[in-house]
Amino acid sequence: MSAEAQTPAQPLELREVRGPSATGGGSRRFFELLWLISATEFKKSFHGTAFGYIWSLVRPLMLFAVLLVVFTRIIRFGGGVPNYPVMLLFNLVVFGLFQEGTGAGVGSVLAQESIVRKTQFPRLVIPLSSVMVALFTVALNLIAVFAFILIYGVNPMWTWLLLPVILFLVFVLTCAASLLLSALNVRFRDIAIIWTVIAQVLLYASPIIYPFEIILPSFLRDVLLANPFTLIFEQARVWIIDPTAPSALDIAGSWAAMLPAAAIYVLTCVLGVWVFKREAPKIAERL
Amino acid sequence: MAVDTTQDGPATPRGREFDAEPVVIEASGVSKSFRLPVNKISSLKEQITTFSRPDYRELHALRDVSFEIRRGEFFGIVGRNGSGKSTLLKVLASIYAADAGRVRMAGRLAPFIELGVGFNPELTARENVELNGVMMGLERRQARSRLGAVLEFAELEEFVDMKLKNYSSGMLVRLAFSVMIQSDAEILLIDEVLAVGDAAFQQKCADVFHEMRDSERTVILVTHDMGAVEHYCHRAMLLHDGEVRGMGDPGEVARKYLRLNFESAPSSGEDSLGEVADIVVEDAWLEDGAGQRVTNVEKGEELHFCAELEAKRDVEGPTFGFTFANPDGVEVMGFGVPLDDLPERIAAGQRIQIRSRVENRLAPGRYVVRCWIHRNRNISDIVLYSPHILDFVVFGKNEAGVAFFETEVEFELKGGEGR
Repeated sequence: MSAEAQTPAQPLELREVRGPSATGGGSRRFFELLWLISATEFKKSFHGTAFGYIWSLVRPLMLFAVLLVVFTRIIRFGGGVPNYPVMLLFNLVVFGLFQEGTGAGVGSVLAQESIVRKTQFPRLVIPLSSVMVALFTVALNLIAVFAFILIYGVNPMWTWLLLPVILFLVFVLTCAASLLLSALNVRFRDIAIIWTVIAQVLLYASPIIYPFEIILPSFLRDVLLANPFTLIFEQARVWIIDPTAPSALDIAGSWAAMLPAAAIYVLTCVLGVWVFKREAPKIAERL
Repeated sequence: MAVDTTQDGPATPRGREFDAEPVVIEASGVSKSFRLPVNKISSLKEQITTFSRPDYRELHALRDVSFEIRRGEFFGIVGRNGSGKSTLLKVLASIYAADAGRVRMAGRLAPFIELGVGFNPELTARENVELNGVMMGLERRQARSRLGAVLEFAELEEFVDMKLKNYSSGMLVRLAFSVMIQSDAEILLIDEVLAVGDAAFQQKCADVFHEMRDSERTVILVTHDMGAVEHYCHRAMLLHDGEVRGMGDPGEVARKYLRLNFESAPSSGEDSLGEVADIVVEDAWLEDGAGQRVTNVEKGEELHFCAELEAKRDVEGPTFGFTFANPDGVEVMGFGVPLDDLPERIAAGQRIQIRSRVENRLAPGRYVVRCWIHRNRNISDIVLYSPHILDFVVFGKNEAGVAFFETEVEFELKGGEGR
């Protein structure tokens, strides 16, 4: 070991130490760490139990089963929606990316306290790896979902190839929200608790368990239209489940009407990155 | 006979000259303070419901600290708890951002604030070594190729695919230490991790530190252990209240540290800065088997060592350690009061008496008893270090060695002149 250290004198250049940051330590290290940590965490989520993968499916499946019974047998509006069970399952799994990603992301920096306080570690890796784990889980779950879609009798469409676009949009928003939440949670420890409530509200404020067109023109409709998830999930429905369903453009009415949702989407991303970057150098001190 | 323990540490050859070496770390005017809220607001609810502006107390952890370290130096940073040395380490390691001043560095730095940080108990040693290597700035391929060397040093080859949660704490510490020394960063920042593992492994670690001292690698060691400072460091720096109070020869710095911390008169009544010893040794003596005080003991006869201490302030979780040093300054033996027998706390004004019966294996000669008292069950949290609470003589026929053991020796003689 010392033999390696005794390399011939290389030109030594003093470089300024800039202190901790969101991405400090070079991009190669950043991505390697992100990958390694996400992959090991993902593996870990299965390792403990023999039925590891099954367990990750149980949560969305249970919710799916309950909602399916409620909306097709008790409240009976699902019956009128083409391929309702398929839509419900698909939406729940994709929304799971956001729910599980932010749910793990919000407390991630706090949970990795010792790494943040005792090592030189690019802070950004921590919330992002939580989202990556959620992404891996959802990707795996989607295999089961598509099997279900085929069994249910939906014919494969070329627009299925656009699935990555949907996932990408949800993924980016999840990352942004996780950055924002995890940074704020260091300052205000009750953010994590508040967030579980808000995430629950978002589930019902997005067209996940109902199609958007059943909402009659009203103030509520305008509010829901400003939710980025509304446009994303409606477009996903057209591409994956039911090509005859109204597209995002159809429900908005015009490109201009899509602006609020787009603005909120972009704003969340900018805010998340900005807050995290601003907080990153101070995180170790606040923990 | 009083032995000045700081004078005769192990002789350290300091033959190396560093003036010609390039500077690899340069800190100039580094300051760092923390704003500690008197009532910490840590939830949104409190933020909203607290109307008055929170009061802050400014804590200056570092004030205008400047130094240079040249390549290949083994540099010690010493200071008592709260002196700012850990903060300095974290600023150097890019864990904290400095408020003012500038740090410049050449080459890659690997910080070891605590052994085994970032180890994941759910992963195997193989996976953890790779992960830790990448955290220390290696490429994945490099980190993997290092696995063999890491495990060999830690003597854990057979456990490569065992999850860390099933490791014993000793194994864990060995793995962490060898990950540390196998990281090939040019600069190592090490905080108090010298004494790990069993005796054999400790010797191995000591060898590594010796090797590091003579290599091109730059090491910064933060420690309370003045022995280690004098032993390994080429140069040392003393921090006190966030300021540099001494810099240069390790022996000199170690003496300054001891003077600053332990020689403040216990009776001065100055109560503000924690400079007064929280516990004082009121008395220490030897007894014979009949309970009579004696000043010397015969070789091989049991030692009855007693001490009476008085707490000047409440001390939580105290631990007591005593060592017996011969005139060469070598600590021949030592013992601590077993954890099970220790009180949870000693209240101010309370007196406690420690009586021990020690098997006497000391070689004849004069011995000095040193006393350590720590608090919070933490051996780096020193309340009192007294280098000389008692001296006594062991008399008897002299033999070779500093202590004697009944050891079975089998002889076999070969060769020599035939009869």
